[in-house]
Amino acid sequence: MFKAQVLVAHRIALALFFAALFALAAVNMQWDWIPDYAAKILQGLAKTIVLLISTSIAGFILCIPIALAQVCGPKPLAWLAHKFCTIIRGTPLLLQIWLLYYGLGSIFPYVPGLREAWIWPYLIDPWPYAFVALTLSFAGYEGETMRGAFAGVAKGELEAGHALGMHPFTILRRIWLPRAIQRVLPTLNGELILQLKATPLVATIAVVDTYAIFARIRQETYIIYEPLLLLALTYLLLAGLITLLCKYFEAKSRARLSS
Amino acid sequence: MLNYRDMSVADLLALAPPGWGGVLLDGLWLSLQVAGAGYIIGLLIGGSGALLKISGGPLTRDLLTCYTTLVRSIPELVLILLIYFAGPVALNQLLSALGLPKIEISPLVAGITVIALVQGAYITEVVRGAIEAIPVGHIEAARSLGMRPFTIFRRITLPELLPTALPGLSNLWLIATKDTALLAVVGFSELTLVARQAAATTKHHLLFLCAAGLLYLIVSVISNWLFRRLENRVNRGQSHV
Repeated sequence: MFKAQVLVAHRIALALFFAALFALAAVNMQWDWIPDYAAKILQGLAKTIVLLISTSIAGFILCIPIALAQVCGPKPLAWLAHKFCTIIRGTPLLLQIWLLYYGLGSIFPYVPGLREAWIWPYLIDPWPYAFVALTLSFAGYEGETMRGAFAGVAKGELEAGHALGMHPFTILRRIWLPRAIQRVLPTLNGELILQLKATPLVATIAVVDTYAIFARIRQETYIIYEPLLLLALTYLLLAGLITLLCKYFEAKSRARLSS
Repeated sequence: MLNYRDMSVADLLALAPPGWGGVLLDGLWLSLQVAGAGYIIGLLIGGSGALLKISGGPLTRDLLTCYTTLVRSIPELVLILLIYFAGPVALNQLLSALGLPKIEISPLVAGITVIALVQGAYITEVVRGAIEAIPVGHIEAARSLGMRPFTIFRRITLPELLPTALPGLSNLWLIATKDTALLAVVGFSELTLVARQAAATTKHHLLFLCAAGLLYLIVSVISNWLFRRLENRVNRGQSHV
């Protein structure tokens, strides 16, 4: 049925039109710079992907205590977690990145003894700042979603675990968390694409990701359109890949639920 | 050369030079202008996009899907570069091919265009979802009473879609205000960029970047409050579960 829907006349025409546009661009535009920069582009791409995956995982782990604190934590902790989410969601990520890199980075040299410490080489590198900023951002946005998911798990399921004499931590690990994750799974696709779209911001603090490589190509070759188009296409393909992966995992988790 | 190092916080944030408070507020005002204009145009794009996606032909629907998918999966930063750098060149090539004089695109116009395009794509999806959540029977009932399409829209569709769409729309307004910060990358002197310039000039990095963050927070808190009042208004008469 799906195949029949795809093969409608206007869709074939649309596909042909886009293919023609693509071919026209490939033939008529200037692409001779690609071989010179291919290795660097792949390096940048790897950096973007590593940044995306590592900050999403770290952010997700961090969002669990943030969400739990808001649902069942003591008042001061819940207040703190709520304020964290408000601040992260209420200010632009670019400002957060700059605040960490330029703001905190300008204080560190005045901390006595820090220049001699083992951590110093990492503190003057932009990487850790990019990682921390993106992780906190993901945790802030996902914390809000997870809070709703935790609160939405049916009370009876938790009470059942309690009645069986499970330790609260066991209830969290075996019932509450898996059930909450099931609820956020459909929103995860969108969150991951938002996180992907946030990664190029780290280029502003001199992390050399995909975006930074293409910015350099533009400066060095003075070509206006082609690098930008290829850059947009790259992110488009990455977003498509994320969607495919999420669809796959969602179908898998649904199959396991129904069997 | 001013000695910023020994100035007090109050002097640094003073509205008149050598304080930078006035510059920050000017940046905020510019940010809000871009966000506001972009959001309103985005509402127009999104509203008509949603209506076309529901009632348009299959070709219109597919083209709109292409638009929303493309804009929602390409980073805003890349879109800004595309519209800011490649857009004017392409436009002028087109204009000179048609024998028309060249035009200049100001950073303000480019910024508003980007925000409007992005917001339009997201609002299309929000409004489409809200319209589809309206029971068909309500529209059919209005039609059978002889209401004209515009009356149906004003008295049935709009009041019924707003409660569903408003949370999404308020979220998108906040995204619009935050997206203006990205225009700093192309040298548009909105709040984030002027904060960075103030920080770099005075060497009080933490102070000015935090001050800018506080201004953004105030905007988001006030917007949240306004949208909540609006939500309460459109929700009156609805049963609360």
